[in-house]
Amino acid sequence: MRRAFIAISLLAAALAVTAGASGKSSAAVAIPGCATDSLKLVSAGTLTVGTDNPAYGPWFGGGEIKGSKWKINDPATGKGYESAVAYEVAKRLGFAKSELKWVAVPFNTSFRPGKKNFDFFVNQVSYTPQRAKNVTFSASYYNVNQAVVGVKGKPIATARSKADLRGYELGVQIGTTSYDYIVKNIKPTSKPAVYDTNNDAVTALKNGQIDGIVVDLPTAFYVTAVQVENGTIVGQFLSVGSQERFGLVFQKGNSLAGCVNKALTRMRADGTLKRLQTQWLSKATGARVLQ
Amino acid sequence: MSTTSEALLLEGVRKSFGKLEVLRGIDLAVAEHEVVCLIGASGSGKSTLLRCVNLLESIDEGRIVVEGEEITARGVDVNRIRRRIGIVFQSFNLFPHMSVLRNITLAPVKALGVSRAQAQHDAEELLERFGLLDKRDEYPDRLSGGQQQRVAIVRALATKPGLMLFDEVTSALDPELIAEVLNVIRELAAGGMTMVIATHEMGFARDIASRVCFLDAGVILEEGPPEEIFTAPRQPRTQQFLQRIVEAGRL
Amino acid sequence: MAVVSTIVFLAVLVLLVVNSPGWEDVKRQFFDWAEFREALPEILSAFGTNVRIFCIAEVFILVFALVLAVLRSLPGPVFFPLRALAIVYADLFRGIPTILVIYILGFGVPALQLSGVPTSELFWGTVGLVLVYSAYVSEVYRAGIESVHPSQEAAARSLGLSRTQSLRYVILPQAVRRVIPPLLNDFIGLQKDTALIALLGVVEAFRQSQIDVAATFNYTPYLATALLFVLITIPLARFTDWLVARDRRRSQAARLAG
Repeated sequence: MRRAFIAISLLAAALAVTAGASGKSSAAVAIPGCATDSLKLVSAGTLTVGTDNPAYGPWFGGGEIKGSKWKINDPATGKGYESAVAYEVAKRLGFAKSELKWVAVPFNTSFRPGKKNFDFFVNQVSYTPQRAKNVTFSASYYNVNQAVVGVKGKPIATARSKADLRGYELGVQIGTTSYDYIVKNIKPTSKPAVYDTNNDAVTALKNGQIDGIVVDLPTAFYVTAVQVENGTIVGQFLSVGSQERFGLVFQKGNSLAGCVNKALTRMRADGTLKRLQTQWLSKATGARVLQ
Repeated sequence: MSTTSEALLLEGVRKSFGKLEVLRGIDLAVAEHEVVCLIGASGSGKSTLLRCVNLLESIDEGRIVVEGEEITARGVDVNRIRRRIGIVFQSFNLFPHMSVLRNITLAPVKALGVSRAQAQHDAEELLERFGLLDKRDEYPDRLSGGQQQRVAIVRALATKPGLMLFDEVTSALDPELIAEVLNVIRELAAGGMTMVIATHEMGFARDIASRVCFLDAGVILEEGPPEEIFTAPRQPRTQQFLQRIVEAGRL
Repeated sequence: MAVVSTIVFLAVLVLLVVNSPGWEDVKRQFFDWAEFREALPEILSAFGTNVRIFCIAEVFILVFALVLAVLRSLPGPVFFPLRALAIVYADLFRGIPTILVIYILGFGVPALQLSGVPTSELFWGTVGLVLVYSAYVSEVYRAGIESVHPSQEAAARSLGLSRTQSLRYVILPQAVRRVIPPLLNDFIGLQKDTALIALLGVVEAFRQSQIDVAATFNYTPYLATALLFVLITIPLARFTDWLVARDRRRSQAARLAG
């Protein structure tokens, strides 16, 4: 009797284990050591993700949701590359879609010391070693190239190399690594203009106050497709030195980054990351490279 | 109707400030070289009268004629008229940001177009005449009240006016400083300057005036030579006023 | 005694801060000496832009504001339109936030694509500052003019000086002397507001420090900028005090006499 009982219990246990490991029942295959109730979260049971408001394409999409404070696009639509990546990471960690909460965080406050009000921040933030002293970055979720946008028919549109750009007035948005890129690798004769928002840079371009804007390539496509009527991508640049890459931003030392990195590794390995890039950033490939 | 030797003529002058009628029909004629003293209680209209002569206030009715020119007529160049009339105020009103010399030369140079050198020369002459030459580079805050008032008189004389108005010029002075200012006025009178003097200094008025006018409630109630007014006033209000002055020991 | 208690108070304050739980983080992100040394040269160089802007702007402000104040003081019904204009101007430009004025002028005017009109951000930013600050400073001048006792004008006019001459030689010299502290106060405010030009893309000191901060996620460059602004404010404030003390004597006479 006792042997039968043990056998049945063992069988039941084995079934339970295999059932739990099949992956089809709840979320995807769970990441060992990263169960949702063991994660260090700002708000228990919720993955709180921060990004800046307004949420621009192609990083976010789907337009605005009525009654919501988000402008241009609402991250909650799940559309747009960064929104999609955030939801995918959440899924891998075992969160349901409704368990991901978005908070608006101005870029400037995302790295201030003290407790954050988000678990991670996603906003086209490039990794740099100096920045990494003050926050923790995830692994790359996108390898990024800078590009320069100009106006069709203007002299800058004929530029074919970085040297050709030296005589022009370039503009960037504050907080992007574009400024550094210009100063270090293009070395223009006049100091670049730095604007609070990309919108201001675009306005200045349209006004003829600057000749070109330097932004990451996907944003360049968005700018020429949506914001500047006769805009053109003069070209893109390759990273000088190590490849520039976007990372998710965490409070320094937050162990959650470890689990997120594991999720990203899996997303890269099984082609999900590539699929999302193709889906949302497909247009961001065909620009001439300026040497 | 004005005689050529009339320096100043007021006819039927009325002036109100809002509802308050301060001058209620003033008739006054001052001949050249005359010294007319205005006496009366505060609020009787002495200051207002002088300020009307100087066009600092506009009148509501009547006319004022200075040296044959009706200054209250339309289109008169006010600035030009004011250069012909000098006025000295109770509160001196020297320009604190200018030296004594500059206070005096400002109007001749800027308003009359006199050369700076000439204006300076004339100013120094006047200062010397009144014993103030050593103060020419001082600023007003360094002078005593009496000195400031004397400078104010010199400043008013700098534009070479034909008529001088004095509005209670010693009322703000310490008693020991009054005499020096009165002496200046005496000297001017001796020199033949036509003057209208509003004053509380009855003894001084009796000495210097060719005529004394008693103002009461906006009209000249009584006027006449000083001996007459001070010793035998006809009007009861004049008598009352002088009685109070005597009781206060100021006569 | 006061000195001792101040020192003790400051010491306690410092101890409290340094021993607070977040101090290490704050120290690293706000008071990083290496970061400071590295960021300072560029910020200093960018600060030259701020200095140029406020020196040029201040000259125009002092003149334009005086014109506005004089317009506001013109008497009589014939001058009503000019007075009204000055009042509307002062209300408008004190009402609209400076940042909006700069934004609208700096991006709006060039957008009109009018030929012959400059599109330089530096130009329109400076114009914006001049327009706004002239409104404030004109009120300061006005207060100064009105504080000069009317007996001064009476004395000047009775000497035969015209209204313009009285204003120019008697009233304004006294009025301006009296408002030197608030004038210099507004100038000090202007120095800070030159940072608003960053909105138009100009890389001045604040923007330069912002660039460094964004590149390293370390706030210490802001400290460098703050220090530079304080360093120019202090001599200006002491200069103001000196000017005021020097003129105080003179204005006593007028107050006593008036």
